Amino acid sequence: MDSSGPTRQIVIPGESVGGRGLKPGPGTFSDGGQIYAAHLGVVDERDGLVSVVPLAGRYIPQPGDAVVGEIVDLGASHWLVDINSPYPAPLHATESPWHVEFGDTRRYLNVGDVLLCHVLSVDEANRVQLTMQDREARRVQGGQLLEIEPMKVPRVIGRQGSMISLIKEGTRCGVYVGQNGRIWLDGRDEDIALAVRAIKLVEQRAQAVGLTELVKDFLSRARRGG
Amino acid sequence: MEDVEHIPKKVKLIDEKGVRLDGRRFDELRPIRIEAGVLGRADGSAYIEWGGNKVLAAVYGPREAHPRHLQDPARALVQCRYNMAPFSVSDRKRPGPDRRSVEISKIISEAFSAVVIKEQFPRTSVDIFIEVLQADAGTRCAGLTAASVALADAGVPMKDLVTSCASGKIGGVVALDLNKDEDNFGEADCPMAVVPRTGDLVLLQMDGHLTYAEFQKAMGLSLDATRKIYEMQRDALQRRYSTTLEEILKEPVAPAQGRPEGSTDSIDSEFDMDLGGAGGP
Repeated sequence: MDSSGPTRQIVIPGESVGGRGLKPGPGTFSDGGQIYAAHLGVVDERDGLVSVVPLAGRYIPQPGDAVVGEIVDLGASHWLVDINSPYPAPLHATESPWHVEFGDTRRYLNVGDVLLCHVLSVDEANRVQLTMQDREARRVQGGQLLEIEPMKVPRVIGRQGSMISLIKEGTRCGVYVGQNGRIWLDGRDEDIALAVRAIKLVEQRAQAVGLTELVKDFLSRARRGG
Repeated sequence: MEDVEHIPKKVKLIDEKGVRLDGRRFDELRPIRIEAGVLGRADGSAYIEWGGNKVLAAVYGPREAHPRHLQDPARALVQCRYNMAPFSVSDRKRPGPDRRSVEISKIISEAFSAVVIKEQFPRTSVDIFIEVLQADAGTRCAGLTAASVALADAGVPMKDLVTSCASGKIGGVVALDLNKDEDNFGEADCPMAVVPRTGDLVLLQMDGHLTYAEFQKAMGLSLDATRKIYEMQRDALQRRYSTTLEEILKEPVAPAQGRPEGSTDSIDSEFDMDLGGAGGP
């Protein structure tokens, strides 16, 4: 993790994070020329854009996000998917990889099924639509589902996916991380148990420096039977 | 607890030297302690001890608003439930909502409506639960102050925290932060809540009578106090995240490569998070 750039500090809502000459970015708002934090988080300033990276909060869908969802209801031409957000997310039959006859949704996906999919669109009223028109989108069978805090997902993935590939290699598990904080793990039971512990470690120590080293160390000790 | 109902009416709430029953001066607060993130299941939570008050606040959401007809397509709802435990007062309180708690719930939710950035989460609701475990006058202020910390802890976007304090009149003197005896036997109690950054008033009530001059004085006292309370709220939130930090520093990190033993990383550098690299899986 780079330690360059201005030091980052925790700010609370309403705390000033910058003045003139800076632009308010995500997690901030401006009032009378001053910029203030809109939620609890860590200040990040680059190229004159100030943003506050949240430390807590719910998952709010963004178009293009990869998410892990669970079917909660069926319609004649759509499925209703729980994506761990405040908004119900329908997956229309035309966005599925199959040719679904009207009223025949049950043949393909049923309540309780878990699927890997993407957020197709989010409108101004935060109405969400999902899509499975993607190579990696599918219904999952077997494996385990793990839920973490959605705001910690960037740490579990790491820079350019460094953390996630470390965990994948270290545990010989298939790991699919949804932006909504749900993680699907596939592999042997003992490998999955190890991956769960590694991911929990990342979640707990999300603010730590040298997290990758910590996880590397944890995995190598676990491999030696420690 | 003492049986305060039998304190004679003629007791002096504030003596000639300006000392109150509990030894405070007219402009002193009771001791306050705030803790953030005390509940595991809630999205955000806080616990406050304010003199004899013990109040727990929990925040859920933004989450899907139910029943559906309450949903607002343009903004989030801010809903609040203030509740007193049956054992919170000296006589058992009949459980359940009553006229008083419905009123307090309403004014607290309206106070938070003024600061929560509701437009970011249309059709959802942010639910605030305030549970009074022990009451000693000023529970709505304590609850509001705790709920504000809980909202921030939940990561709910807000324009600012809300800070609250009451002041009133006892024995002819305008005084800050009345306790139970002073509230019961004093002349007036006036709780208020402010947005510290802008000074906006988001809650103002009065029980009893104050002249205009007295009210001005009471408001001045409360506003000064809210600055102190605001610092306590800020401290509670920052402590919540720095304790985990201390634990990390304390824990014997196995001598891994890249982190030599005895490395003296400054606390600030611990916050250097991997913020940019949030790609897809």
